[in-house]
Amino acid sequence: MATREVISNGNELSALAAKDAGCKFFAGYPITPSSEVMHEMSDLMPEIGGVCIQMEDEIAGVAAAIGAGMAGVRTMTATSGPGISLKAENLGLAQMTEVPLVVVNVMRGGPSTGLPTRVSQGDVRQAKNPSHGDYRSITLCAGSLAECYTETVRAFNLADRFMQPVFVLLDETIGHMHGKAMLPTEEEVAAGIVPRKTFDGAPEDYLPYECEADQPAVLNPMFKGYRYHFTGLHHDGKGFPTEEIETCRKLIQRLEDKVMMHTDELELNEEFMLDDMTGADGEVLIIAYGSVSLAAKEAIRHLRAAGIKAGLFRPITLWPSPAESIKKYTDLIKNVLCVELNIRQYTEEIERVSGRLDLEGLYKVNGRPISPNEIVNKVKEVF
Amino acid sequence: MAFNYDKYLRLEKMPTLWCWGCGDGVILKAFVRAIDKLNINPDDVCVVSGIGCSGRFSSYVDFNTVHTTHGRTVAFATGIKLMNPDKYVICVAGDGDALAIGGNHTIHGCRRNIDITMIIINNFIYGLTNSQTSPTTPQGMWTVSQKSGNIDPTFNATDLAIASGASFVARETMLDPKKLEKVFVKALEHRGFAFLDIMSNCHINLGRKNKMASAMENLGWIDSITTPLKKWEALPEEEKLNVFPTGILKEDKIVREYCDMYQDVIDFHQGKRKTITQDDFAKKI
Repeated sequence: MATREVISNGNELSALAAKDAGCKFFAGYPITPSSEVMHEMSDLMPEIGGVCIQMEDEIAGVAAAIGAGMAGVRTMTATSGPGISLKAENLGLAQMTEVPLVVVNVMRGGPSTGLPTRVSQGDVRQAKNPSHGDYRSITLCAGSLAECYTETVRAFNLADRFMQPVFVLLDETIGHMHGKAMLPTEEEVAAGIVPRKTFDGAPEDYLPYECEADQPAVLNPMFKGYRYHFTGLHHDGKGFPTEEIETCRKLIQRLEDKVMMHTDELELNEEFMLDDMTGADGEVLIIAYGSVSLAAKEAIRHLRAAGIKAGLFRPITLWPSPAESIKKYTDLIKNVLCVELNIRQYTEEIERVSGRLDLEGLYKVNGRPISPNEIVNKVKEVF
Repeated sequence: MAFNYDKYLRLEKMPTLWCWGCGDGVILKAFVRAIDKLNINPDDVCVVSGIGCSGRFSSYVDFNTVHTTHGRTVAFATGIKLMNPDKYVICVAGDGDALAIGGNHTIHGCRRNIDITMIIINNFIYGLTNSQTSPTTPQGMWTVSQKSGNIDPTFNATDLAIASGASFVARETMLDPKKLEKVFVKALEHRGFAFLDIMSNCHINLGRKNKMASAMENLGWIDSITTPLKKWEALPEEEKLNVFPTGILKEDKIVREYCDMYQDVIDFHQGKRKTITQDDFAKKI
């Protein structure tokens, strides 16, 4: 794999990735700690003939981005937790109308205004269900500077594959972290772009929402002779409102199944120093994601130097959760420590998929990152 | 020969959900005639509607159509338009949709002067949800949320649009479909934000409890509160308060449109233009 060396920060790498992945439109609203994504997009988009617009509020930011997606282009918005709260209703519309969209959320302390300039992973649960109704969130979480880039690229391809919004979770630490990242080349990213499917038959035969039970809608770009209808109401194969019982059931079941029957295309994890685990007493499994995993890796090096065999399981796709992979390791290893910058938001999912209620946890919600030493000390204290 | 609407309608969606005697259909027909008069290809038209009775407008016309969330038409339309500056993007919204929950997007659409035609179907009430007070419900009228009589002051929609910077602002009523068609033609031809306050009746949810329970009585009331701009200007000041002027209230062909201005940004970033400074704009503050 050809690579290039870039010195940047997480937020700007996410913007660069969007441009390289073929994004043509960005709409957002200023919010700490994500604003640098918009700052960067305000240069990158017009350079390629695209558009970056600062809207009047968070709601308009996501609405304009969805509008561009309806028109047929790759599109993105970026914000932080309070912005997601405001965008929630329209994110539901994008789920219901099956419009692809990438949403970067640079997490800060919450709830409410919280700790605007400080780190948190408090939006993990929100990302799963930002708005009302039944649908499945696709949420990716970057654990390094390079992943701010690669996960944003992946989000664009997944959005077009699954025809729905895809979240990229960064956090204040990784979004503002400045350093060197080894990235795939622009050519390699361009070669990996898989655009959304389109219908090229006769317009009168076009049924955008009439698809296989486990497949997404096929939405042609606007203004190309295929005139159809988007609505947040339950709709039929042509996209028109309906209350017909079976049509309504099939639509919502399809929104579920198009994701949950294809989780193999979504799952991505890092297994760090887990290959020598045997299930012997004393082995320690740490589960962490995002910027916290950087501290966890450092802690594992210290623990191993001190004779404690520890390893990290890091989900990169948080939703849908990698249930079988988590269970494989929680079945094998007795001592499990979950580390999060929130109170048990993902631990509850790990409990659900592992069936275990004896997981240890290290949770921090004061806006400060978790240090490797805190993890080392916690392991020594509880196991 | 009578005008044939079939070409522009989704006939399988007829009849509409609108009540018998509702003015929304008159407005829809006038809009369709305007599109036809301008010989616009239906493939080049996108109609974006919000929530409420007017929200169903988009599903009945055979264009590229979007039925969005409550109040957000202009925001969605802005994304569609910026990616397609040469296409016709039209928002259709009710008075509650455009002036209450979506007020922020409405004023900022006006301020940007983006080339969107915004048709407000103003029936002075929340119709679909059964008679709650809207920002244009006259004070003293009965609503289901203010049964003792509405005390909330009203918006003058066109004053709001003019103050917010829309370059084309007009008011008509569904009483005169010919005038309506003409103003739609003018608005569609205008490059910039065209704001249209189109007054319509809701004898069911406004009229029934306000002594105008038939469509004709409701329309009579609309007639009594509107007069052409020239006549309105001649009215004594104290009478102007309770009469809305109709016709084109503002038409500025000089102020620049947003997509055109954004092209300057693209040109700057692509090295085809050296600067964008205050000198490029007539209005400097």
